Amino acid sequence: MANIEQIAKGAIEPGCAKVDPILVASGVTRQFGGLKAVDVAHLEIPRGKITALIGPNGAGKTTLFNLLTGFDKPNTGTWNFAGKDLAGVAPHKVARMGMVRTFQLTKALSLLTVIDNMRLGAQDNPGEKFFAAFVRPLWANKEREITERADALLTRFKLDAKRDDYAAGLSGGQRKLLEMARALMSKPELVMLDEPMAGVNPALTQSLLEHIKGLKENGTTVLFVEHDMHMVRHISDWVVVMAEGKIVAEGPPADVMKNPAVIDAYLGAHANSDLGDVEIATKEGN
Amino acid sequence: MDFGQIFNLTAGELIGVFTAAYALCALGLAMHFGFTGLLNFGQAGFAALGAYGYAFAALKLGWNMWGSFGFGMVCAAVFALILGLPTLRLRADYLAIVTIAAAQALYFFFGTEKYAAFTGGSNGLSEFGGDFYGYNPFPVGRYDLGIITLSEKEIWIRVVSWGLVAFVAVLLVILTRSPWGRTLKGIREDEDAVRSLGKNVFVYKMQSLVLGGVIGSLGGMVFVLSSQTNQASTWVSNFTFMTWTVLLLGGAATILGPIVGSAVFFMFLMFTQAFLEGLVNIGALPFLSIAQVGQIRYLLVGLFLMLLVIFRPQGFFGNKKELQFNG
Repeated sequence: MANIEQIAKGAIEPGCAKVDPILVASGVTRQFGGLKAVDVAHLEIPRGKITALIGPNGAGKTTLFNLLTGFDKPNTGTWNFAGKDLAGVAPHKVARMGMVRTFQLTKALSLLTVIDNMRLGAQDNPGEKFFAAFVRPLWANKEREITERADALLTRFKLDAKRDDYAAGLSGGQRKLLEMARALMSKPELVMLDEPMAGVNPALTQSLLEHIKGLKENGTTVLFVEHDMHMVRHISDWVVVMAEGKIVAEGPPADVMKNPAVIDAYLGAHANSDLGDVEIATKEGN
Repeated sequence: MDFGQIFNLTAGELIGVFTAAYALCALGLAMHFGFTGLLNFGQAGFAALGAYGYAFAALKLGWNMWGSFGFGMVCAAVFALILGLPTLRLRADYLAIVTIAAAQALYFFFGTEKYAAFTGGSNGLSEFGGDFYGYNPFPVGRYDLGIITLSEKEIWIRVVSWGLVAFVAVLLVILTRSPWGRTLKGIREDEDAVRSLGKNVFVYKMQSLVLGGVIGSLGGMVFVLSSQTNQASTWVSNFTFMTWTVLLLGGAATILGPIVGSAVFFMFLMFTQAFLEGLVNIGALPFLSIAQVGQIRYLLVGLFLMLLVIFRPQGFFGNKKELQFNG
């Protein structure tokens, strides 16, 4: 865990400035009919750190993800990534700039092999151009290099045994791993993981957490959505809490758990769901 | 009943021009549906544009064979661009709706008397193959191939159409095994995932739509060059659905599938026709007339297709794990 001084600049409050932000969003709103699903006044994501975006169901976390990566268009707002304005930029261009996301409902390309899934994650393969595709010498070298990188990542994520299987044959957890590994093929600066732990069995959760930590060690910034606060505590350097579309709190994990606004958000929205988590969080706060 | 003749007729379909034409159209659909997941229900429109494009360029513009072939292909490519621009950003179903409607609109356009100066109206266009048959290297005569005897013209059109089938098949094999083809298959599986990996999905879908449409236009051209007559009534939605039948018979995400599918389909049609006619002639089917036989065989095709979808949904050559018919 990093020191607070290395992350935040000035007072720690919702929307506070960061020492070295990689992603800065201002005034981003998205309305679905009468419902304001996202209403973020200001948000900065620190570079080279693991930031968790948490909040109860329906808080607008995934919608915010979709907006920031160009998969959905906001009603208002501006945001930039590493100094480049991203408002209105198409999703594939966002990915090429080095900001790659995964999805809550895993999108493994089921009827492609695992290795082809990986190869597809790489950028700038000349063989992906229509006319160049006819001339193998134009892309054979790049393809070999991509395959080597893909194999290395598969080994790291312990998927190398499944290399030539169709992705449809993987378990839910393995698909999550594949999706994460595939996102890394483009050597992104920022990886945005939408609920990487959802539907993953406890044994695999541990290894997923290790992989996320590993990303940071390699210099990649991680932003991930999760609604289980305990997962978050172990790996994140910074936590941003959303509720009803707004950023209600942020700070280092230990401090955020104590924040009355967070407890409110969870109790208020989680009246019918797992209160045990909130209770523990409250106790730990005390 | 002459079983020898039934056999010869059936075997003749193996190298038939229509077999090759449908194989080309189905190869175009394989590009669209099998490898990209695009639902094109207007392949008849692409084929019609190839046929009318060729005939129009040859007759009205006086162009030679190469120019006419080129014109037919350009017409199909432009049609694909026009259809794709508004629909490829939307869900797959919209393309299906737009293509079936656009192909139907083309059918009415080609058939109406209003533009008869360009299209020949309901009579269509004919005798536009002069330059094409001028290239024929086979001397005039009858050629006995063992099971069938063909004229020099019939030989030439078969050589060209099957040559085109082979050329397109090789082209598609190269493309689908390239990283470009891999990206298309990714789009078939989940286009948002491919988008999130930095690929411009719209451009890929457009390239696929244009390529498959142009391949379909080649099918249309060889279809009408065999008899040198081109009428609007050929390009009804039935043509599209027979192409789909051919594709699904062989296997949607395969290259060999559409070719073998087409051969099996036309051999089946010819066999049932000849066999049922033989039975009617010897009085074995008193409840059927010769005229009804032509209709009955399509019922049998429907039955055959149903059995196929139930027992072998991936087609003859499809990999069951990779793709089966599930819409």
